[in-house]
Amino acid sequence: MVIGEGKPLQDVLAMVSQNKKIIVAGCRGCVTVCCAGGEKEVGVLSAALNLARQKDDNPIEIHEVTLERQCDTEYLEQVRSFIDEYEAVVSIACGAGVQFMAEMYRKIPIYPGINTNFIGVTEQQGVWAERCQACGNCKLHFTGGICPVTRCAKRLMNGPCGGSTQGKCEVDPETTCGWQLIYDVLKEQGRLDKLEHIIPVSDWSTSRDGGPRRIVREDLKL
Amino acid sequence: MRLSYPVNIKIIKVPCTGKVDVLYLLKMFQNGADGVFVAGCMEGDCHFLTGNLRAKKRVEYVRRILDETGIGGERIAMYNMSAAQATRFVEAAREMTERIRELGPSPVKKIMEEVG
Repeated sequence: MVIGEGKPLQDVLAMVSQNKKIIVAGCRGCVTVCCAGGEKEVGVLSAALNLARQKDDNPIEIHEVTLERQCDTEYLEQVRSFIDEYEAVVSIACGAGVQFMAEMYRKIPIYPGINTNFIGVTEQQGVWAERCQACGNCKLHFTGGICPVTRCAKRLMNGPCGGSTQGKCEVDPETTCGWQLIYDVLKEQGRLDKLEHIIPVSDWSTSRDGGPRRIVREDLKL
Repeated sequence: MRLSYPVNIKIIKVPCTGKVDVLYLLKMFQNGADGVFVAGCMEGDCHFLTGNLRAKKRVEYVRRILDETGIGGERIAMYNMSAAQATRFVEAAREMTERIRELGPSPVKKIMEEVG
């Protein structure tokens, strides 16, 4: 899922400093699961904004809403009936949700209330870690199910590099070397011969280097 | 024991401090509380195993939010005591009341009163 975390309150307060009447909009998708932008976080952020503004004798009216998703127009449509009554929206969906809302409602500013960090997993409750960089050209079948693009700081396709020491990455001694992980799993599976396969130079045009990406499925289009 | 504690304390009963949500704590301040303390069981003695430990983390989280809002994180605290320690409860209530009295009324409350 997409993992995010709340922005510092002072940043959000600065965004809405000129506003008296706003919407705080959450999303029931990924950011609910990673506890950054769901209904609960809408409540907490709204309460914090309210407290801070009341303290400064500058109260703010907040409409709390949490949409099923903010990356689909049919759910974004659900705020159309009341959005014009407000001066701004603080969306605590991921960056995609914030942008899609801003695309649909151009009359008022849509502010981001969280930072969108990565595509990742819940390692344990309260701990999330990156697993995918959406490079658009998955090579996990070569690498024992461990992504060298994400787990190797250098994105090496044929690692490890000389900076791998006792299984740790030179970038951060807390980070396990991605290629060490790949080696370990292939060894366990008796597939170390896979490491003799040289992964050719990557075509990064499927990644960010090719500009904003788009997928069109003619069979699904209406 | 018939011990008395400061009359300004309003008690909200919950089955376990594990029930105390971050939002409950924030709402208390929104509704004008000058300070809030969570009175949980002794650490290691939770009937539900970790309720009081969870509450402790939530209190810390709310403390950070209160600091960020400028209300002041010192207006919230967590105390641990067993159900048999009435004297400890009274001690906590008095200590908290004193602390809040020194800090003065919550800035939020002041505005609420002005608005009427």
